[in-house]
Amino acid sequence: MATKNKNTFEFAPAPESTGHIQLRDQYDLFIGGKWIKPKSGKYFKTINPATEKQIATVADASEKDVDLAVKAARKAFKGWSQLPARERGKYLFRLARLIQEKARELAVIESLDGGKPIRESRDIDIPLAAAHFFYHAGWADKLDYAFPNRSVEPLGVAGQIIPWNFPLLMAAWKLAPALACGNTVVLKPAETTPLTALKLAEIIEEAGFPEGVVNIVTGAGKTGAAIVNHPDVNKIAFTGSTEVGKLIQRATAASDKKLTLELGGKAANIIFEDAAINQAVEGVINGIYFNQGHVCCAGSRLFVQESVFDEVTTKLKARIENLVVGDPLDKNTDIGAINSKGQLETINKYLEIGKDEGLEMFQSSCAVPKKGFWCKPTIFTGAAQSNRIVQEEIFGPVLAVQTFRTISEVVQKANNTPYGLSAGVWTDKGSKIFNLTSQLRAGVIWANTFNKFDPTSPFGGYKESGFGREGGIHGLEAYLKFND
Amino acid sequence: MARLEIKKTYKIYIGGKFPRTESGRFYNPKGIDVNVCLSSRKDFRNAVVAARAAQSSWAGRSAYNRSQILYRIAEIMEGRRAQFIEELLQQGSTKKSAEDEVNATIDRWVYYAGWCDKYQQLFSSVNPVASSHFNFSQLEPMGVVAAIASESSSLLGLSTLIATAIAGGNSVVALASESKPLCSITLAEVLNDSDVPGGVVNFLTGKADELLSHFSSHMDVNALVYCGNDSKKILKLKETSADNLKRIRAYAEERILGEKGESPYLISDLNEVKTTWHPVEKIGAAGSSY
Repeated sequence: MATKNKNTFEFAPAPESTGHIQLRDQYDLFIGGKWIKPKSGKYFKTINPATEKQIATVADASEKDVDLAVKAARKAFKGWSQLPARERGKYLFRLARLIQEKARELAVIESLDGGKPIRESRDIDIPLAAAHFFYHAGWADKLDYAFPNRSVEPLGVAGQIIPWNFPLLMAAWKLAPALACGNTVVLKPAETTPLTALKLAEIIEEAGFPEGVVNIVTGAGKTGAAIVNHPDVNKIAFTGSTEVGKLIQRATAASDKKLTLELGGKAANIIFEDAAINQAVEGVINGIYFNQGHVCCAGSRLFVQESVFDEVTTKLKARIENLVVGDPLDKNTDIGAINSKGQLETINKYLEIGKDEGLEMFQSSCAVPKKGFWCKPTIFTGAAQSNRIVQEEIFGPVLAVQTFRTISEVVQKANNTPYGLSAGVWTDKGSKIFNLTSQLRAGVIWANTFNKFDPTSPFGGYKESGFGREGGIHGLEAYLKFND
Repeated sequence: MARLEIKKTYKIYIGGKFPRTESGRFYNPKGIDVNVCLSSRKDFRNAVVAARAAQSSWAGRSAYNRSQILYRIAEIMEGRRAQFIEELLQQGSTKKSAEDEVNATIDRWVYYAGWCDKYQQLFSSVNPVASSHFNFSQLEPMGVVAAIASESSSLLGLSTLIATAIAGGNSVVALASESKPLCSITLAEVLNDSDVPGGVVNFLTGKADELLSHFSSHMDVNALVYCGNDSKKILKLKETSADNLKRIRAYAEERILGEKGESPYLISDLNEVKTTWHPVEKIGAAGSSY
């Protein structure tokens, strides 16, 4: 049944060359337009999760370094916010173009540092990052049209903390609207994936941005906390776990800091019997195995209408047998390396929990490399609402499958979660789509598609998946002060 | 023999009914000769259950229907002008300010009645994504909104918070002004007479110090709107609302009571943006993506 088709040819290795990329051995902090050593003199290493080999060492920013970065951003704010908006926009257009020019280098570094397949970093992460800057560049001098009858101005210094799953893309999601709206920024990339943000700092230098408009500080949770708690920061934008998001809401309560949070998810992906099943299966695969499942909006809960359960699960199992797991730099790879050892441990813990709860686990029979962090694509069937793998975000390539009979049943089950980031619906009936999309409590609904992103399309959650939107006209609100 | 006046019993308003507080307690606002319900946490929890049950069908009403119901509220209020003015006088307003407040409140209900079937067009968008998809964003109500009314204005402040929340399809549990609670219950009677379904709006009276942290920490409340200038209260509300990442909206009294209390942005503040994607088959191209 779910075995590899004997007629399938094995793929020959097709690794992307790393010859053209330029990386330093050691990265300092990018503050006030200069590369500055951390006050503590401490550095940490960033490794390739596919080989466990060190790529570079990166400065560990302390509270004092963050303070310097905030001061540099504050100093730059007046000039940047008072620049004719059109000129501000031109810097962003220039940045978008430079990212496009360097797309190949950025894609390779992204896959090296984070473990994601080169196919994804090349075709999705990097082009979308450039597109985000290009889209928001044009907003800089048109903000009055976005908010009729309302006067707007920039907030000031924005502190931005981004995750490790889409390192450059998340930097773009955060920086582009902040800068277009006239704010200056202190940005902290995740500690396991700092390199493309640091490359972006080099590109920002090359683009000739005024000093201090963008400051990039590297470090772990402590560095992030220093940004959140800094008294001269006007805005915090955070993408990461719901747990940390709640801490940040409490920590910023006493201040006037404007806050947007893009947090966890446990998206329902719903297949009705009248769906185009092959398309739906492909969408479910993309929904959960895209980026090793390190996706806050991943379709990690699959609901299949009972009458097509056998067909769907048979096809899913056959499909994951044919997913290529391995070297992220190989152009044929579908599933790359798990981002870090810690994350792999988390995922493995949930696999044990799933088995302990008596669920049936199916994994691809593929081999995985000896070195590095790997998880085979996994499906649990027979899951119930009460199972922990159904309730909790795993952030890995693990799908939990449940069945349903009626629309009201599946709506109730799909919404029975504290999260509300995204959801998916598969059916060929238009009225059923609109019935479902209006009843599902989530910020992004994919109907007969999944995991699509675009700078013009607002993204963000309901409930404990956070608040605020990123992208589109709606995303601008997060970076503006309204005088009413 | 002189006729004995019939005094009104001021009760709270939950799920379309007028119960007394389950706690059996009361208080006397300063200078007002009325026993007002001192609502408890349990009353609040009951009100949230009623609000949750009523919310989705309220949001499912047509915008036109919601608009007519809000307009009906203004109609019924107009007929009860004398009662509202009388209560405002009892609560210490001058005749002139009482009349002004009632007029402004009725006009404000009319203003928001008009927005019900328009704000969606203002805040929705069709997004020109680069891939072959039809993509649109629209507003949806956040759900159950807890509202803490302005302390200084018992009618206009409260009405504005409720109008903005229910115009946008939310249901509400509101806490009336502690020192000026009388109008809130009369407003509840107006709502009850105006085809606002039971549970869509619920009113409690009582002490803010006792109830605020319950409002902000309840796990089935989606948003909390506070009208007032007390920064300590705002801090506490923000801190205790993080458990379920409640959306907090704090407005200065001047904003809500003044001209700027009339704004569609007060409706969108209590709505979420939902974005929907669907593939578009490209005629003549290589076929549709999923």
